[in-house]
Amino acid sequence: MQATRDFSHYVKDAGPGLRHIDLAVEGVSCAACMSKIERGLSAIPDVTLARVNLTDRRVALEWKQGTLDPAGFIDRLAELGYKAYPFETAGAEAAEAEQSRFLLRCLGVAAFATMNVMMLSIPVWSGNGSDMIPEQRDFFHRLSALIALPAAAYAGQPFFRSAFRALRTGNVNMDVPISIGVILALAMSVVETINHAEHTYFDAAIMLLTFLLIGRYLDQSMRRRTRAVAGNLAALKAETATKFIGADEISQVPVAAIFPGDIVLLRPGERCAVDGTVIEGRSEIDQSLITGETLYVTAEQGTPVYAGSLNISGTLRVRVSAASEGTLLAEITRLLDNALQARSRYVRLADRASRLYAPVVHATALLTMLGWVLAGASWHDAIVTGVAVLIITCPCALGLAIPTVQTVASGAMFKAGVLLNSGDAIERLAEIDWIIFDKTGTLTLPDLEVVNAAGIPDDVFRLAGQLALTSHHPVAAAVAQAAGAKSPLVGAVEVPGQGVRGMLGQTEMRLGRPSFCDAEQLANERARLDPEASIVAFSLGEARYVFAVRQGLRPDAKAMIAALQKRNIQLEILSGDREPAVQAAARALGIGEWRAGVTPADKIARIEDLKRGGHKVLMVGDGLNDAPSLAAAHVSMSPISAAHLSQATADLVFLGKPLAPVVAAVDYARKALSLMRQNLWLAVGYNVLAVPIAISGVVTPLIAAAAMSGSSVLVMLNALRARRVAQGRA
Amino acid sequence: MEVMVILVPLALGLGLAGLLAFLWSLKSGQYDDLEGAAWRAIADDEPPQEKPAE
Repeated sequence: MQATRDFSHYVKDAGPGLRHIDLAVEGVSCAACMSKIERGLSAIPDVTLARVNLTDRRVALEWKQGTLDPAGFIDRLAELGYKAYPFETAGAEAAEAEQSRFLLRCLGVAAFATMNVMMLSIPVWSGNGSDMIPEQRDFFHRLSALIALPAAAYAGQPFFRSAFRALRTGNVNMDVPISIGVILALAMSVVETINHAEHTYFDAAIMLLTFLLIGRYLDQSMRRRTRAVAGNLAALKAETATKFIGADEISQVPVAAIFPGDIVLLRPGERCAVDGTVIEGRSEIDQSLITGETLYVTAEQGTPVYAGSLNISGTLRVRVSAASEGTLLAEITRLLDNALQARSRYVRLADRASRLYAPVVHATALLTMLGWVLAGASWHDAIVTGVAVLIITCPCALGLAIPTVQTVASGAMFKAGVLLNSGDAIERLAEIDWIIFDKTGTLTLPDLEVVNAAGIPDDVFRLAGQLALTSHHPVAAAVAQAAGAKSPLVGAVEVPGQGVRGMLGQTEMRLGRPSFCDAEQLANERARLDPEASIVAFSLGEARYVFAVRQGLRPDAKAMIAALQKRNIQLEILSGDREPAVQAAARALGIGEWRAGVTPADKIARIEDLKRGGHKVLMVGDGLNDAPSLAAAHVSMSPISAAHLSQATADLVFLGKPLAPVVAAVDYARKALSLMRQNLWLAVGYNVLAVPIAISGVVTPLIAAAAMSGSSVLVMLNALRARRVAQGRA
Repeated sequence: MEVMVILVPLALGLGLAGLLAFLWSLKSGQYDDLEGAAWRAIADDEPPQEKPAE
């Protein structure tokens, strides 16, 4: 059987005779990678474009149609040391990118207008007391109006539209006071220009838009990056399957091109990418990613298998079924739907602030106006003063207070190995006081490791590793990896269900079941010591060795658990695995509360319990069985190795083997939330100082400009402190 | 003060030129990868080659 790889699903036309493909690349992190990849790919004849996008970790490739196969690019990247996967831009992501570009365009227009209106305003301010004649002043005001009005009409769109949407549904958001402030300021300035007055506020209105657009753009670019990372994750999950395209012909195809009824081949050591039923073959499968159970399950004709299962020993043929047919998945999907609906509509800090803000500001402006009328001022003067209050209080700093902190914090988290899936995750994460961990794949690593490696002589280990490399069995793969074996032993023979054997000169070597290697006694001793581990035996002539293989705890788990406990966070393990395994992990980590054999519904019940007790729960889990509880928790986190559904549900995803990113994320989030609050108070403090000046009616455009830019810059500088966190401090 | 007749349009014209340049750069995708662009500035240039050596 010949396997071909078919990526035509991802290839697009890029003009006459040109083809285009986007690849998500793993491990691109620096400028050196960027030029290495671009040079390596451009060196292929007929490639017309190879450009790395370092922000999104992607490569765009174009080539002359006909000669090249996209699979070749992936091989070339593998030679260069990068894993790459074909990639398809999701509709939502394209929309985010377009929105981001629109905001940047608005920002450009607003900034241009601000600078030019300022250029006209400063002579007016400095000339008013000296030699500027009224005609010149009017001329400058008219010119300002000519620039500011169209610029505001264009650059203000994001705010006007959002305010209009909110008002139509009977709500008030931050954009309502912004829009009212800007429009009134512009309208008043036009009237004042016509009246040949001394002061206009074109500069204040347009500067306000500029600052707010900076905040809006930062917010949007954070969301766009999150979306891009999520898109890459989906592609990096190696979503391909080996499909039968004829009776005896197979092809490697993306999962998107597989439909119910297709038959796929599942080799030993492969992870199943689809749901289906076994129609041929016999094997053991590891369903730990789905149920948390680490014991293998026998699979034969008629056994259902789910995406994420790992095939251990034999080759299987699987008939693909619709996702909803699986009883287990259907149950999980139902729980997930319920949990998502029940997820309390979390009100973001910014929205809470604006709910308080808008009525207070508008009432103040109105009262100021009425007050001046009662005090005997003319209607004109009273309205001018009222509008001045609105301009001064327009939430410039308030609009920047939160997005700037979020952007800085999410950038710092990104560097610490934590990716955000949702914008308000930082706020919610900062509030937690209880963490529920899943065990399998979360506290432990998903890969098997040899736990007694230290007790085995190096040269023996190396030989065992070479022998192991000839087998596909995951346990053998663990031995091979631990031994650092690079080249398989020549002439080794696999005995199905037993192990592998090979010759070293005249000496026979065997690796496999203890009975196969005649090492049962040694194996039994080891098994008593470590009841959870799988035992692999190795015989070298007369000598006998055993390897104990199991899922190890994450390397820094103990230290990180201690660090979390130090932060006054309650920890708990809820696992679907057997009791001894969970108990051992809990004891090793020093976690007092744990429960084993827990079903997805039990996990949710526990979370609801804690919620009722007033606790804010962070759920950290990776399995398919964790997905509903990830959605039910206040905030949730998954390792990068997690099942698809879980990763999509989690608010945050962490990379790599250590558990340190979890602690770092909590630290960054707490720091970020305190800075957000600080920034809000800074904005309030500024208003407390500036509003009395505005109410008393002595505000000039110069004071408004200085106060507004001053407070905005202060808030932005304060936000930069969000990346200063003592990382991973135990 | 007659000089303003030249200076003001000149200043606005220059500003407008800057704005147009910005819009062009945005449209040609120069803001799509800010992180990569920051590094490209300090990357070593390779002299263009007709037939790159493999």
